[in-house]
Amino acid sequence: MTQILNDFPNIASLRSALDSRKISSVELTQTLLNEIAAQTKLNAFVDINTELSLAQAKSADEMIASGSATALTGIPIAHKDIFVTQGWHTTAGSNILKGYKSPFDAHVVEQLLQVGTVSLGKLNCDEFAMGSGNEHSAFGPAHNPWHPKVVPGGSSGGSAAAVAAGLVMAATGTDTGGSVRQPASLCGVSGIKPTYGTVSRFGMIAYASSLDQAGPIARSAHDLMLMLDSMSNFDSRDATSIQTCRGVANQHGRVKQDFTEHDQRFQNLGAKPFAGLRIGVPEEYFGPGLDNGVAKAVEAAIAQFEALGAQRVSISLPHTRLSIPAYYVIAPAEASSNLARYDAIRYGHRTEQYTDLTDMTARSRSEGFGAEVQRRIMVGTYVLSHGYYDAYYLQAQRIRRLIAEDYQAVLGPQCDVILGPVNPTVAPPMGKTDQSPTAEWLADIYTLSLNLAGLPGMSIPCGFAPGFDGSSLPVGLQLIGNYFEEGQLLALAHHFQNTTDWHAQRPKHSEKGAV
Amino acid sequence: MAINASNTARIAKLARLHLSPEAQQLAQAELNQIFDLIAELQAVDTTGIVPLAHPLSMIEEVALRLRDDAVTAPGSAAERKRLMQNAPGQHEGLFLVPKVLE
Repeated sequence: MTQILNDFPNIASLRSALDSRKISSVELTQTLLNEIAAQTKLNAFVDINTELSLAQAKSADEMIASGSATALTGIPIAHKDIFVTQGWHTTAGSNILKGYKSPFDAHVVEQLLQVGTVSLGKLNCDEFAMGSGNEHSAFGPAHNPWHPKVVPGGSSGGSAAAVAAGLVMAATGTDTGGSVRQPASLCGVSGIKPTYGTVSRFGMIAYASSLDQAGPIARSAHDLMLMLDSMSNFDSRDATSIQTCRGVANQHGRVKQDFTEHDQRFQNLGAKPFAGLRIGVPEEYFGPGLDNGVAKAVEAAIAQFEALGAQRVSISLPHTRLSIPAYYVIAPAEASSNLARYDAIRYGHRTEQYTDLTDMTARSRSEGFGAEVQRRIMVGTYVLSHGYYDAYYLQAQRIRRLIAEDYQAVLGPQCDVILGPVNPTVAPPMGKTDQSPTAEWLADIYTLSLNLAGLPGMSIPCGFAPGFDGSSLPVGLQLIGNYFEEGQLLALAHHFQNTTDWHAQRPKHSEKGAV
Repeated sequence: MAINASNTARIAKLARLHLSPEAQQLAQAELNQIFDLIAELQAVDTTGIVPLAHPLSMIEEVALRLRDDAVTAPGSAAERKRLMQNAPGQHEGLFLVPKVLE
């Protein structure tokens, strides 16, 4: 089956086709909905509503006709099923929310609708965003378009898979411990997690509130910039939404302006756009456990940054190892508190047989939540319980500060940006998550510390490495910046993508047949 | 420190989870594995380190905003209906729960 989005390398090219009336948003939307229906094996989408998508497309066509189109008008996107949406069901990939219909839209959904994007539906994810392979979903796993038997990553697995498969131009995701960057890396697409507090969490189903942050997944850094700029602004409905970013108002246009300034500066430097830029390479990110093929691709990308004028600096983030235990105390603690709202009274699954109110709640929760979610709730309940709070929760928060201080000791004094791998391996085969609850967690080593520190970070494709069954699978390069430096990260990635074509590689659907 | 069957039962009760005997046994084993992983935290000397609850407090003073104590989303019959549509049990616009008081 031909894929219409393969004719358009990026959002800007699709926008000009829409503007020149080569295609209408309604035609494009209908074609893509047909393609999605023909690709059910990918299991990237968990809810579709043709009528609603076409209504949004009609509005987009009207915006274009009246001359009020924006950079995103008519662009087909989709939302991770963590964002609440009117019209489409919202389940967070959980049976406890099966059939749930939100009475309102999440802030991010609302913002993207206002600029005229067209949502094609809801995307698969790990239950309540807890997982890194999309295998903890009540809808079953989403598949990686590069190989039918490997995971797409998670928790925003459906988002990365849908973008990689060319079913949408961009998608929303959420990143609590790497859930945007890691699936983007494993599916060969680009993704960014912005600074904590820059994108409103209103209507984003809560997992760990001090770590959760929304971010887009798309085909290129420039496309990410367009998406993030429309997603990021102050929202009074989220108590942690920030009004200013180091003195600059948190509003639409902030990310774009910062990007444009850096982009201009790089352009002015000609063939060595990164002249004067110091890239920090943390020794802790290249230790045992990092797959050879991944290390090679990441090293080649760092060499490309050097070829563009950057200077490589060896740095150390000494507390990196502790990010795993610190995260797996703090995130479950916050999850156990956030997920207490699923009480089988106001909404959500209710069991059929029960003795009293408490029994009804407990039975409903155990029927509705999957194994990974119950595991994390148990851990969180324990570390917050009387007698253990100081020893576990507060100790983890003290270590959280040490981890955040590691970054401040290097970002600025020693380097301008940090580069490294996103995941220790390429996408692993499906069906491995049952072995041990902690084995899956260890692979989060390069992504967790960023969330603990609240910093922005992104993943961009930087090559391929040998994977399962003789396949060649995408590798992601991680870029980490200081607080509010999304614009610089995106401009760096944009110039890297100007001189490489890893981001332009597309999976060949027919090759393996099954997907 | 190992987590035993009675700890596990207590945690499940606090977490409002109903575990079958087999599920509880599995949970106990898993919790012990997880706490082996977390135990590494205890060995770190954090004397004098202030816990970090909000990441942005690394660079600036963070004060959560307060708003005026006023109605921000006035209700309506239609709004009430939308809010009630997900209730697993309801009667005349009220949530139904099992009898709490005899």
